[in-house]
Amino acid sequence: MYTILDKVQLAEGIFKVRIDAPLVAKNWKPGQFVVLMVNEAGERIPLTIVDGNSNDCTISLVFQVVGRTTMLLASKNAGDKIFSILGPLGRPSEVKKYGDVVVVGGGVGVAEIFPQARALKSLGNYVIGVVGARTYSRLVLVEELKSICDEIHVCTDDGSYGYRGFVSDLLKRLLEKKDTIGYVYAVGPVQMMKAVSEVTRDRGIRTFVSANPIMIDGTGMCGVCRVIVGGEIKFACIDGPDFDAHLLDFDTLESRLKTYTQRESEVYQKFKGCEYDG
Amino acid sequence: MMDSEEASIRQMPKLLTLEERVRTFNEVNLGFNEDQAQKEAARCLQCPKAFCTSGCPANVGIPQFISAIRNGDYKRAIGIICETNSLPAVTGRVCQVEMQCEKACILNKKRVPISIGLLERFVADIALKKGWKKLKCEQSHGGKVAVVGSGPAGLTVAGDLVKLGYDVTVFEAFHKPGGVLVYGIPSFRLPKDVVEKEIKTLEEAGVKFVTNVFVGKTLTLSELFKNGYEAIFIGIGAGAPIILNILGINLSGVYTANEFLVRTVLMKAYLFPKYDTPVDSGRRVVIVGGGNTAVDSARAAVRLGAEEVTIVYRRSEEDMPARREEVLRAKEEGVKVLPLVSPLRFVGDENNHITKLESVRNKLTYIDKTGRPTPISIEGSNFFIKANMAILAIGQRANKAFTQTIPEIKLDRDGYIIVNYESRTSLNRVWAGGDIIGGTATVIQAIGDGKRAALNINKTFDKSVR
Repeated sequence: MYTILDKVQLAEGIFKVRIDAPLVAKNWKPGQFVVLMVNEAGERIPLTIVDGNSNDCTISLVFQVVGRTTMLLASKNAGDKIFSILGPLGRPSEVKKYGDVVVVGGGVGVAEIFPQARALKSLGNYVIGVVGARTYSRLVLVEELKSICDEIHVCTDDGSYGYRGFVSDLLKRLLEKKDTIGYVYAVGPVQMMKAVSEVTRDRGIRTFVSANPIMIDGTGMCGVCRVIVGGEIKFACIDGPDFDAHLLDFDTLESRLKTYTQRESEVYQKFKGCEYDG
Repeated sequence: MMDSEEASIRQMPKLLTLEERVRTFNEVNLGFNEDQAQKEAARCLQCPKAFCTSGCPANVGIPQFISAIRNGDYKRAIGIICETNSLPAVTGRVCQVEMQCEKACILNKKRVPISIGLLERFVADIALKKGWKKLKCEQSHGGKVAVVGSGPAGLTVAGDLVKLGYDVTVFEAFHKPGGVLVYGIPSFRLPKDVVEKEIKTLEEAGVKFVTNVFVGKTLTLSELFKNGYEAIFIGIGAGAPIILNILGINLSGVYTANEFLVRTVLMKAYLFPKYDTPVDSGRRVVIVGGGNTAVDSARAAVRLGAEEVTIVYRRSEEDMPARREEVLRAKEEGVKVLPLVSPLRFVGDENNHITKLESVRNKLTYIDKTGRPTPISIEGSNFFIKANMAILAIGQRANKAFTQTIPEIKLDRDGYIIVNYESRTSLNRVWAGGDIIGGTATVIQAIGDGKRAALNINKTFDKSVR
């Protein structure tokens, strides 16, 4: 069992938990994730490690409530236990000195670019953050990111804060003005990552994204997280989760993510109902 | 004495009713009662040269334990079995007996071999129920051994070494120990309480199980050595599904058998939404492959409510590697077997969900090096099978996620760990066994490997540490 040490609500439906997980904290590197089960009857879901501290033996996870498991996790508080956490899984991100780099985060993805932003910065890159959300109330950790990045650009789909539009639009505007960008790293919804990859493709900018397919074991055993990269089958859990955005087939990634949408939303609605009934 | 007619009758186990079978995950084969076990044991010819024992990868003393059954000494019978096989309640259920001990049985010449598997299960179940499997352990001498993976190979090593006074810790990546016994083989063939009891026996003897540890990532091999483990056994299984490289492989609704079975068996998707993990309840399900995993998947699909379940296999039905008995049971449960068919591509709808499988018919040609005829496709014989769910059960390959973390270890061309006759890997103080050394992918082979590794780990300790 793994104890939650603290929980903070970052925005509407988005939470950050810090969990006691000494072994994960010790060997963790940016880009890696854990597979977590809230309770014994729960499902196994992957969550990116947004921070790990080997001194106090903790890891931090940020998640958005999208279904039953994340809702259950959101209902836990400091002192509560998590049934199972396996990690750190996946290959660490490739972090090098490129010069000028952009980290792009959409929605809850803003939290997930933190490890890269920090690592890229520590290697001496000039780090530009491009982040956005649907609306202002969903925007997370902008101030914290400002303290890491050399500059930061913010947008919302509805214009309630910063530039009105998508992060891909904002990135495009940035790239039109600045032609020194050597690397782009993006995390967010599949369509957002796809749009970012289209923006950088013609310009030939090396671009990586963190693929977010459904996972179960997270150790390369079940194959549910398979993605097509440059025409080849890869497992996001052991070959990824980071992949070259210009080679990743975003469309099958997205359609496979939707496999259980209907069944899950039925259960989620039912479960939500129970919660509200008290 | 029985007359010769009665002596030739092979006892048949009681089965769950078909009605109950197709709607529950309860065990189908109910095994022998005592009367049946006695009658079956009485048929054994007690050959002085035991072909059955030679036919068993773990060399179980079969005539000896059957003789003990005849004498009503079940405790002695289980003792004999456990000398070479640590998981008889498991192997008595899942062993490919018709290809091993029962194939070698002299009575097989008349097609009535002794039902060795069910006799083994009979005594193993009594032993589990009565608690006879309690391990007698030598006094602890402090030798610390880490076992990586809690499948049949790892459990065997743990059991054998704890008996010899070792301090054994088993590391498992999943949240529950048991490996393939808990995530792969469905409960209608291997009830999960059988596995839980075997694990509890080991725990009571002092074996420590640590779940949620992916050795190589959560804890590295060198960290294990630093933590004082003096020997490490790797029994992580093959661990990666083979994926057909055909069009439509990434449509939703196309599963590997590993995914489908992990969801259904380990995560208990058949109890959704009581358990949170969902699984497609396909109405028309097509399974590709001919092994036990294919048949297990087909039968699980039936139980999940599928209306039409079809197994397509590229060779003839007789060539299917699955257990005959299980194929028979599957057919009784409504599974169709379509032999001599190979998949060509999966076709999907506008939402990228599978709607059908395009296949081609095969004919058999020359015998290949595995002794089976090679299928080649018949031109122009293409046809479609409607399906809203497909399950690929075409085998495993070596998962490199662990071996990549120890680049020094010697692997063969396919990524399996190379071991010598003492189960030693190329790394000092590291042994390996089970599917990760590229064996025959059976539980009994993994147990055999575990026995050999434990013996050799102990020999090494005798020389150096103790």
